Amino acid sequence: MAKITYIEHNGTEHVVDVANGMTVMEGARDNGIPGIEADCGGACACSTCHVYVAPDWVEKLPEKQDMEEDMLDFAYEPDPARSRLTCQIKVTDALDGLVVQMPEKQI
Amino acid sequence: MSHIVIVGAGQAGSSLAAKLRDDGFDGDITLIGDETAPPYQRPPLSKDYLLGKMPRDRLFLRADSFYTDRRIVLRTGTPVTRIDPAARTLTFGDEVLSYDQLALTTGSVPRRLPAAIGGDLAGLFTVRTLADIDALEPQVRPGRRVLIIGGGYIGLEAAAVAAKQGLEVTLVELADRILQRVAAPETSDFFRALHSAHGVDIREGVGLSRLIGDGQVAQAELSDGTTLDIDFAIVGAGILPDTALAETAGIACDNGIATDTHGRTSAEGIWAAGDCASFPHGSARLRLESVPNAIDMAECVALNMLGGDREYVPEPWFWSDQYDVKLQIAGLNTGYDRVVIREGEGSRSHWYYAGDRLLAVDAMNDPRAFMVAKRLLAAGKSPDAAAVADASIDLKTLMR
Repeated sequence: MAKITYIEHNGTEHVVDVANGMTVMEGARDNGIPGIEADCGGACACSTCHVYVAPDWVEKLPEKQDMEEDMLDFAYEPDPARSRLTCQIKVTDALDGLVVQMPEKQI
Repeated sequence: MSHIVIVGAGQAGSSLAAKLRDDGFDGDITLIGDETAPPYQRPPLSKDYLLGKMPRDRLFLRADSFYTDRRIVLRTGTPVTRIDPAARTLTFGDEVLSYDQLALTTGSVPRRLPAAIGGDLAGLFTVRTLADIDALEPQVRPGRRVLIIGGGYIGLEAAAVAAKQGLEVTLVELADRILQRVAAPETSDFFRALHSAHGVDIREGVGLSRLIGDGQVAQAELSDGTTLDIDFAIVGAGILPDTALAETAGIACDNGIATDTHGRTSAEGIWAAGDCASFPHGSARLRLESVPNAIDMAECVALNMLGGDREYVPEPWFWSDQYDVKLQIAGLNTGYDRVVIREGEGSRSHWYYAGDRLLAVDAMNDPRAFMVAKRLLAAGKSPDAAAVADASIDLKTLMR
């Protein structure tokens, strides 16, 4: 279980507990948090679950696979260091305290 | 208080309900589905769910609280049996419900084999609903022999799962190549080679004559005269729009429930979206069977139901996962006259052109090609074919 803070682009914060084994995307979906669309449902086939990870968390997350890296390159205003696709981040206890921020829009 | 009823609780229905609330609709919303499960994702059914890698509750598109929080009354497990457009009522179970506006998001149903060729035997499965997969999954065990009828995406995804699980897989495709309806020969070749490398016996230009068995299917007789011993069969022969309800209500249908550019059907106050709907596209009508179309058309219709004025202009894209290959498709290739191939390291993309105009791209493990193509198509831009074919040119430069 990890407590994750999702910050909408307008600044609204949502702090929720997400079970291990779920993805960060599913944590938003199952708690009705807006700003993460995930049209493909987590197949890494679109880029609509894009977030910016808080700077102090960038190094603590599992590394990006090539597929995620390439998709992110075409997301809305990607940040090479902080952008991630939330469907590719599996929740573990180590993610307790994670903070992610949604972009202005998902494309 | 105004009441919007949505019939069909799949991807389109749930997206439509959510969008109505997001856009400020304050009346009542009832979302009715004939399946017992709440709205769920279908794409993983033929992939991770069938493989047992994704538990059932992770398929659900929203948590239960999503519906209660947004005052969306979800009624599952009860099929709607009748719509009376003049009275603005519909019947499901013993209930008659009044509506002010109605959206039909009834989706599609798999084509089934006729009983005359063994279509009513036990041991035949389709791949469309959770119940379909729950019935199929216990069959998918090492060493069993499966015949897959149909070489479209569903048939091929099922073949990939079955081969991965150690089954003996034969796939027949009546057309002269797999994926004939949806892709170029180059893409068919790629997937034929992929499946052959995983031991799938693909037989193209071969149809099913009949299935034989005493209650339970045991053999398949093929159009080339051969007979196969099988344990079960998967029918992947395409899907048909679910228009039954609309037709009996006298709503115009034409390869799906016919809508105008805004999603209105021929009946006042009744709309349609998703797999079940055909909409004007150029000089013809188009019906798309895909998640993005279900979401995008449903959201457009929701906006129009609330008094908006937006034409539905699809930006089609699709995906399919087979073995370690992710296929992503941007655009529609209808009318192409040539295919330009771009080969990378472990990746490949097929670019469909009509003259100099880019129509679509099939990208195999090449998300960059997919994303660039999607953006180019949305912008109405066509890159130079010679540049596309040159793998040393960064695709991003084509977007300028």
